[in-house]
Amino acid sequence: MKFPNGYSYSKDHEWVKVVGDYAYIGISDFAQHSLGEIVFVDLPEVDTEFSAGDTFGAVESVKAASDLYMPIGGKVLEINEALSAEPGLLNTDSYENWIVKIEMTDRAEVDALLEPIQYEQFVNTGK
Amino acid sequence: MSKRTSLYEQHIAAGGKMVEYAGWELPVQYAGLAVEHEAVRTTAGIFDVSHMGEALVFGPESEEFLNYLLTNAVDKLEDNKVLYSLMCYPDGGVVDDLLVYRFVEREYFLVINAANIAKDLAWMTEQATGFAVQIVDVSSETSEIALQGPDAERLLQQWTKFDLNELKFFECAREVEIVGCKCLISRTGYTGEDGFEIYTANDYVAQIWQALIAAGAQPCGLGCRDTLRFEAGLPLYGYEISANISPLEAGLGMFVRLEKPDFVGKQALLAAKEQGLARKTVGFELLDKGIPRHGYEVQIEGKTIGTVTTGYLSPTLKKSIGLALIDSDYAKPDGEFAVLMRGKLLRAKIISRQFIKKNYKK
Repeated sequence: MKFPNGYSYSKDHEWVKVVGDYAYIGISDFAQHSLGEIVFVDLPEVDTEFSAGDTFGAVESVKAASDLYMPIGGKVLEINEALSAEPGLLNTDSYENWIVKIEMTDRAEVDALLEPIQYEQFVNTGK
Repeated sequence: MSKRTSLYEQHIAAGGKMVEYAGWELPVQYAGLAVEHEAVRTTAGIFDVSHMGEALVFGPESEEFLNYLLTNAVDKLEDNKVLYSLMCYPDGGVVDDLLVYRFVEREYFLVINAANIAKDLAWMTEQATGFAVQIVDVSSETSEIALQGPDAERLLQQWTKFDLNELKFFECAREVEIVGCKCLISRTGYTGEDGFEIYTANDYVAQIWQALIAAGAQPCGLGCRDTLRFEAGLPLYGYEISANISPLEAGLGMFVRLEKPDFVGKQALLAAKEQGLARKTVGFELLDKGIPRHGYEVQIEGKTIGTVTTGYLSPTLKKSIGLALIDSDYAKPDGEFAVLMRGKLLRAKIISRQFIKKNYKK
């Protein structure tokens, strides 16, 4: 299980990577592993605005659908269209393959997220 | 605390991902749902279905009793043959669906759903009042394996002297020795493929399981058990049929013999048929991208007309398809409706419920 540095994690198993004024959002290695073979990614529309905790889409295996929750608030600037054609990219590398790129509502929300080591502990112990 | 089958150790050793199902700890998958699904469609897979319930029904009036209790024609069932039937409430709702094995005259074996064992036994016992019949629950002493797929016969034949070619679709044989263990076998299954269901004592089942894996069968979990049965258009209790969904609404009329003199639910089902069914089950294909799931609403012009009972991105067809129970007025071939997925309306078209061609050995 990978918990790379440079990413901030939510307890819903999404990550945020801040690059300049923007942020990329994706799912953790733990999340893709738990879901198994991902066969569909339900992406939001560009320009949609979300608050932290909102459902912004879903990732689905053959067996089940799992909602995606915004770790921080923001407006969708771009969606990763490659995931429509090839949802399995999330299984290949869930950090390289982001889901949405957003303009952050409040950059300070990132500080409330978990550091890699804290997230790893959360995954292992549930605390 | 959930129960474990006699194959629990085998599942763990083979890397089975265990989940809770109907009070049992069972593998949802081993190698992966898609791989296992593919194995059953192209070679052979084995399933631990020891959670299923079994009951012996015998006695002077066992035939009359079962013919009254069940919707299908038990009175026409011959020795060593198997029958699929529904068991209904007086209002036509379904208590359970089951297989009925007739061993000899006045000696039957029923296979019922795990989640319904207690309910079914109570219902059968209540309905048996006035019949000279005995009902014995043998679920806890019976293990069951399903071997399914085009290579099933070839694999099983390696471990038995019994000529499997003699056993036709929905026939059964008792005291068949597999790796020296006595089993009841039938040419039945829940995948739409040729195959066998094997019932044996708990102490024997691990040897048979290991022998079939050694012969090349892929261990399969509950995940692909559901995708396989769904593609074959086979119902699952609690989804396509339930206390609130009659067999006629589910499109299972061929297993309901309304011409029988009497059976539990007959009057209600006959009346419903004569009045015209209010709801029908249809197959559909999504025209937009998405996966239809159990419970999603079906709409036409903003009006709810039904719900999805089961849906998947079909591993065999690579298309998003589903079964939906909808208002009969809209259940027309090539009809279109919308499926509500997380607030989005996805276009869908009605297609035949026979999603794939079944591959039975008749």
